[in-house]
Amino acid sequence: MARISAVPALVALLALALAVFALALSMGSVAIDPGSVLRALVAPGDDTQRAIVRELRLPRAVAAFASGGCLALAGALLQVLLRNALADPYVLGVSGGAAVGALSMMLAGAAAWLVSAGAFGGALASTLLVFGLARGAGAWSPTRLLLTGVVIAAGWGALVALILSIAPEAQLRGMLFWLIGDLSAPPVAWSTLGALALAMAAALPFARDLNAFARGEATAAALGVDVARLPWLLFALSALLTAAAVTTAGAIGFVGLIVPHAVRLVVGNDQRVLLPASALAGGALLLLADTLARQITAPAQLPAGVITALVGVPVFLYLLRREQR
Amino acid sequence: MTTRPLLAARGLAVTIAGNRVCSGLELAVGPGECWAILGRNGAGKTTLLHTLAGLRAAAAGSIELDGRPLASFAPRDVARLRGVLPQDDSDAFPATVLETVLVGRHPHLSRWQWEGVNDIRIAREALVAADMGGTEARDVRTLSGGERRRVALAALLAQQPKLFLLDEPSSHLDLSHQIGLLDRLVSTVRADGRALVMVVHDVNLALRYCDQALLLSGGEALAGPASSLLTAERLSGLYGVPLRALAGPRGRVFAPE
Repeated sequence: MARISAVPALVALLALALAVFALALSMGSVAIDPGSVLRALVAPGDDTQRAIVRELRLPRAVAAFASGGCLALAGALLQVLLRNALADPYVLGVSGGAAVGALSMMLAGAAAWLVSAGAFGGALASTLLVFGLARGAGAWSPTRLLLTGVVIAAGWGALVALILSIAPEAQLRGMLFWLIGDLSAPPVAWSTLGALALAMAAALPFARDLNAFARGEATAAALGVDVARLPWLLFALSALLTAAAVTTAGAIGFVGLIVPHAVRLVVGNDQRVLLPASALAGGALLLLADTLARQITAPAQLPAGVITALVGVPVFLYLLRREQR
Repeated sequence: MTTRPLLAARGLAVTIAGNRVCSGLELAVGPGECWAILGRNGAGKTTLLHTLAGLRAAAAGSIELDGRPLASFAPRDVARLRGVLPQDDSDAFPATVLETVLVGRHPHLSRWQWEGVNDIRIAREALVAADMGGTEARDVRTLSGGERRRVALAALLAQQPKLFLLDEPSSHLDLSHQIGLLDRLVSTVRADGRALVMVVHDVNLALRYCDQALLLSGGEALAGPASSLLTAERLSGLYGVPLRALAGPRGRVFAPE
């Protein structure tokens, strides 16, 4: 399959992300044309359009884009770490830990910020648990990490089911929306974008080391890659990214697993291109999904996680088939 | 010998999971020399090779690379001096043959540097030397086992080390590539004053290409010139299979009785 080279691919993805942003800011219960959106963003004044764009739609769009970017980048990093194309924050139980944290807070009737704090704490705790248990006496092996993650995820799944079964009727809908992934009331937006930028800045200097690491630990070590420290970096960054994403958008599945894959099929596995391209594509996908989720069943709102899967599955299957030819 | 050895081990002890692979090993691999490490499965050949490469810690003793203690090198500088062909590597992700070979250029590039035309030229030459010319756009996951081995060898050639450490380089290769690639590699090593140490199961390949041999058996290492060390009696004892020396086209060959 013909690959698209680095610069055109990244430029195209950036353009796509901007186009989706424009769409997200203009679509809604009040349609605003792109020219007015731009004016509302840059020009001073305080009319209704400005308020809608700046205070309602922009934070939500930033939250959606940043969460999608975080999840896709976390997935890309975990896939290299485990040298397994099936790795993602979900499979490793990180999202499950976040869900248990967030749902426990909801069950206790805690304030919204505590729900977010619960999600963040749960994601970090789960990551530490998985890596701590998988490390054991010896070194990490990808298989051991993956198995530990899968088992821990199953444990979180049981706890989530337990919380859902004892939760009062009135809280169930909120909990379910959180589990599917919902951006209707993002608690943070710019800090999630900050987390994405920080993680990207920390990962990119090691992108070529990751290319060698993807070929195997012995190969990477023989090429001078610090294989003792690199897993820790990947692990810390993916924990931070996942925690930031689930805190903002709930447990959105699919993005972390599929986006790096789809991007890899188009631009190849050079991490120097794959990491930024995954972040842009993941962000654009979740932002598009959330925009559609707001629009399709308006005034009712769908959780964005439903749309990411509905849009993403056929796109991914198409790319996979195209590659086989 | 007055020339400085490319690789030297002094009092080297290697253990794996509490079992001794060797102890008190003295080794000096000089420029232009080719060494074979022979032994049964599980004798610790790969473990010894990885220890010599600096990929795992020795239980005791020291290793010198190009006259300097291995421990005093930065990992990247080690990688510019010695290259390793591991027993196997991972092809978990799609990548072209050329991209895979370019990974071998890693230690020659600074953190933000991208592979340039010179690196691509070196990678292409390495592919031709590994008889994989014309395959650079193929996905490595579509290659056969032997072809992957040749791509891995090309990546090692692109790394341009002075010291080659090879773990079963002939595995998966058909006879013509075993002979063709090792002929080329060994003659380059000898001509350029580089050095080569390979773990090998085929005694006849060891005899054909290596002037020095290291036999590993029961926690003891025995090193010496291949011509005198590799006798039918000693090899029969090493492998536990009676072997007989026969007259081959280039001297002795060994065959099981």
